[in-house]
Amino acid sequence: MLTRAERRRGIGWGLLSLIGIGLFVGIAIVALLSFDAGNTQSRLFTAYTGRILRFTLLQAVLSTLLSVVFALPVALALARRPRFPGRVWVIRLMALPMGLPVLIGALGLIGIWGRQGVMNSLLLKLGLEQPVSIYGLSGILLAHVFFNLPLAARLLLAALERLPAEYWLLSSSLGMKPFSVFRFIEWPAARRVIPGIAGLIFMLCATSFTLVLVLGGGPAATTLEVAIYQSLRFDFDPPRAIALSLLQIGITALILIAISLFPAPDDSGITAGRATRRFDGRTWPARLWDTCAILLATAFLVLPLASIAAAGVHANLWNLATSPAFLRAAWTSFVIALSAGLLAVLTSLAIIAGRGAVADMKRAGGTARTFSISLGGMSSLVLLVPPVVLGTGWFLMLRPFGDVARFAPALVAIINMLMALPFVMRVLAPALETHRKRTARLSASLGLSDFSRAWRIDLPVLAKPLLTALSFAMALSLGDLGAVALFGSSELTTLPWLVYSRLSSYRTDDADGLALILGIICLALTMIGTAGRREAGHG
Amino acid sequence: MADGIVLKKVELKLGTREFRFDCAVPAGAVTAITGPSGSGKSTFLNLVAGFETPDRGHILIAGEDVTGKHPSERPVSLVFQDNNLFAHLDLATNIGLGINPSLKLSGNDRAAISQALERVDLSGFEKRMPGTLSGGERQRAAFARALVRKKPVLLMDEPFAALDPGLRLSMAGLLIDLHRETGNTVLIVTHDPNEVGRLADHAIFIDRGQILLQAPAEEFLARRDIPALAEFLSG
Amino acid sequence: MRGTILSIVAAAAALSFSAPAEAQEKTLTVYTYESFISDWGPGPKVKETFEKTCACKLNFVGVADGVALLTRLKLEGKGTDADIALGLDTNLISEAKATGLFEPHGLDASAAKVPGNYSDDTFIPYDYGHFAVVYDTQTMKNPPRSLKELVNGDPAQKIAIEDPRTSTPGLGLLLWVKSVYGDKAPEAWAKLRKRVLTVTPGWSEAYGLFTKGEVPMVFSYTTSPAYHMVEEKTDRYQAASFSEGHYIQIEVAGMLKGTGDKDLAKQFLKFMVSPAFQDIIPTTNWMMPAANTSQPLPDAFNKLVQPSKTFLMGSDEVARNRQAWIDEWLTAMSMN
Repeated sequence: MLTRAERRRGIGWGLLSLIGIGLFVGIAIVALLSFDAGNTQSRLFTAYTGRILRFTLLQAVLSTLLSVVFALPVALALARRPRFPGRVWVIRLMALPMGLPVLIGALGLIGIWGRQGVMNSLLLKLGLEQPVSIYGLSGILLAHVFFNLPLAARLLLAALERLPAEYWLLSSSLGMKPFSVFRFIEWPAARRVIPGIAGLIFMLCATSFTLVLVLGGGPAATTLEVAIYQSLRFDFDPPRAIALSLLQIGITALILIAISLFPAPDDSGITAGRATRRFDGRTWPARLWDTCAILLATAFLVLPLASIAAAGVHANLWNLATSPAFLRAAWTSFVIALSAGLLAVLTSLAIIAGRGAVADMKRAGGTARTFSISLGGMSSLVLLVPPVVLGTGWFLMLRPFGDVARFAPALVAIINMLMALPFVMRVLAPALETHRKRTARLSASLGLSDFSRAWRIDLPVLAKPLLTALSFAMALSLGDLGAVALFGSSELTTLPWLVYSRLSSYRTDDADGLALILGIICLALTMIGTAGRREAGHG
Repeated sequence: MADGIVLKKVELKLGTREFRFDCAVPAGAVTAITGPSGSGKSTFLNLVAGFETPDRGHILIAGEDVTGKHPSERPVSLVFQDNNLFAHLDLATNIGLGINPSLKLSGNDRAAISQALERVDLSGFEKRMPGTLSGGERQRAAFARALVRKKPVLLMDEPFAALDPGLRLSMAGLLIDLHRETGNTVLIVTHDPNEVGRLADHAIFIDRGQILLQAPAEEFLARRDIPALAEFLSG
Repeated sequence: MRGTILSIVAAAAALSFSAPAEAQEKTLTVYTYESFISDWGPGPKVKETFEKTCACKLNFVGVADGVALLTRLKLEGKGTDADIALGLDTNLISEAKATGLFEPHGLDASAAKVPGNYSDDTFIPYDYGHFAVVYDTQTMKNPPRSLKELVNGDPAQKIAIEDPRTSTPGLGLLLWVKSVYGDKAPEAWAKLRKRVLTVTPGWSEAYGLFTKGEVPMVFSYTTSPAYHMVEEKTDRYQAASFSEGHYIQIEVAGMLKGTGDKDLAKQFLKFMVSPAFQDIIPTTNWMMPAANTSQPLPDAFNKLVQPSKTFLMGSDEVARNRQAWIDEWLTAMSMN
């Protein structure tokens, strides 16, 4: 359906992003490997490596399973109740954990589930003798579900909301019972996106670091990422760090390939732009079930957030928010997050254009298919390259060209962009695909120019997903400490860095207050990202 | 007439738009619902199907008051302009859901599915996925489902609008044939005056939420005294 | 679209902060850790005081911590801008010297007197602190009085410790247990493990858990209570005095070979052990001064635990055995 020029351009954009990202990662690795650290350890893979690999995979698999299994009923309930009171706020809150520095999230969770947390106080009052301890695998799983259930629920909900409005009319007219609706409509829609969502969450959990150590209870809970960090930051042993990174990428890639082998039937339903209205689930048991699912999930999310907020209000918020250090860090964070967000959106568009061009070919050859697969693989696997490797590599690379601090903001923005890429892709790719299917023929037949097509046809429809993707990426970048910590210099202070630096100077109250402010900023961002959802649902 | 579809002083307000319908649709005939876009044609259909509930008034189908009833409890089958088939299910499943929404099918049911497919010239298409069919074939499959449902009322919302003119003719022919065999009551929303002439025994003209005219098709097409209708028929 | 990308990258790159104005005079660049130069750290006052006497500009560059500082120097190699590295601890000295980047100071550093009589021809101490178990008096009525009591105590009373693989306090505890228990260290860890609530990647996380009330004990410094007494006017948090003695962390600074102005660098090192610098340390860095101050320390510091004995292992010994001891720790701590 694309003209030859469009196809060529799509391939060009895809190629550009493939090469760009490949170079960014490759250069960092080459720079690190060519650095003579002088103290290379001979034993790369020991029993220790085997043990942490096993634990990494175990906790990641379990975290992924739990996140998706619990997210499914929540997404189904939210999809079935487009008019649930406060629904849009539940969805906004779901974007919040993403934007919190993980330590803050962990402290919030501990405020509820910890030894001295709300839950244990209740249990002790009820007569329990010893507090229930979450530290260990259960704590890690709890935290990973807290951070990833909302992500899974949002992506599942988006998939359910993309179903044609006629499906709901038909199903109710045909008299389908809830289980039939689930079996014939909801589950097939969810099944299409679950492998992708599971893969994403798996990668996030496999590379988890702070959560695993803080809640893991001891070194038995160690991920590969910890070992990579240790070998680069503490032992300064680049070859070992890179070998471990490659191990991490390789093993995870294998698992992602296995996940993608699950059959996913093709999706060709197109909504007619009708208002989505649901006529099922009017019975009392169904209402009760949905309400419970939504309320439980909301409570699970809100309680730790509330505990963060409760700690934060003790701080002198006004003084904090007007202090020069805060304003400087907020500005830095904002510029980096915006750059990272825009870059992530543009790169995703380029990748989607590239894949679209290949998909459009009548007889795509092996090269074209490989190209398309590499684009898809790269856009998700890039999450697995430890930021510490990228940062250190680029530090070495740029060092001869002067003060690295000058390049640091751009580097941090690019590293954040790479981290956000898989998320942005998940938001944009389906929206773009649906939109293209709806309009491609018409636009082609009208012979619309690129500009008027982008301006009149694409932008009005895609503004919302673009905004959602941008706010998603910005929230991620705002909450990220990892990339900044590498450069860790006084010239580059972001909000999470400020939170940590207050914590490391005993100033817990300030840190709590800053965490609250950061949470409010992220909430504002997600409000932008979910603006007009209501209209989207009923327009 | 009493066993057709009756809308008794039905009133409905959606946002700022108000609808008032009071009419009786004859049983066993094809009635076309026409009018300018946004006039309330689809709302009329939604009221009959049960996707909208009137604020006031009653709706009767075959003499039974269905006003507060869930769509699944009304004796109707539906065909939309698009997305009549679940894209991820094969034709046999899609049609089978019309017989039993939990897909508990007997051997007889399966035979009925095959017969219905044969009747709409889609023999042997049981295992085909909707995505591999043409637009006309997909609509024919939707007819097949309506056939196996054996409901006395068939509601169609611009079922041929997405098809090219040649196909529309042959689909209309098929619809008439099927209607003769089943003798059901058919309501078809259309914005095409030709379709009224081709298909309908009766026609209803709706403008701004009100029924301006209800008449036999021949009379309907000849009327020029209502400006909105005249404009519609000439456009 | 390409234009947009470039301009965004350019905008991000242009976002560089307050590079010091062109040196109208000599400049001394000091690499240190972030909290040293934060608003409430010693940095601002040190800068102000030193610049009054040196007719120069003091330029601080802060990185995450002492370990990151050494890594940064290794990465930059001979081309480093640093004249002085301030903030390494004694455990890192052997590795720091092995880089060949540092030059002996050649000064009389006898003004610096730290427990254990540490002295070195390349690095000069500027402050120190003893590691200690800090506890919450509201929830711990009977704190341990020795490392042995800590190890053998009630497992229901938990402690948060740091990971020796990723943090210097974590390494400090590892060395402390090794100093006291020697070859029996694995058995001690196996027992202590039952009291450990969790092992955090760094000091901040562990101390955060402690001040949030999640654990009654945390592995920190004897000086930690001074912060709470001075800044928060509370003596709720106290350090436990251990009868075996306490392991010490000594923070040192050294001069880089590549420094452009050796005299200025030496002037700074001398200033560092003078009362003008030492007066600033206690209430900003919350560590013990390594040399005489002009004023007596605030009252709170007199209430702190005074270790009867100080443990300190040689830097070479630590460098040689660190990996083996960490492996030993991992095995002991991972047993079920």
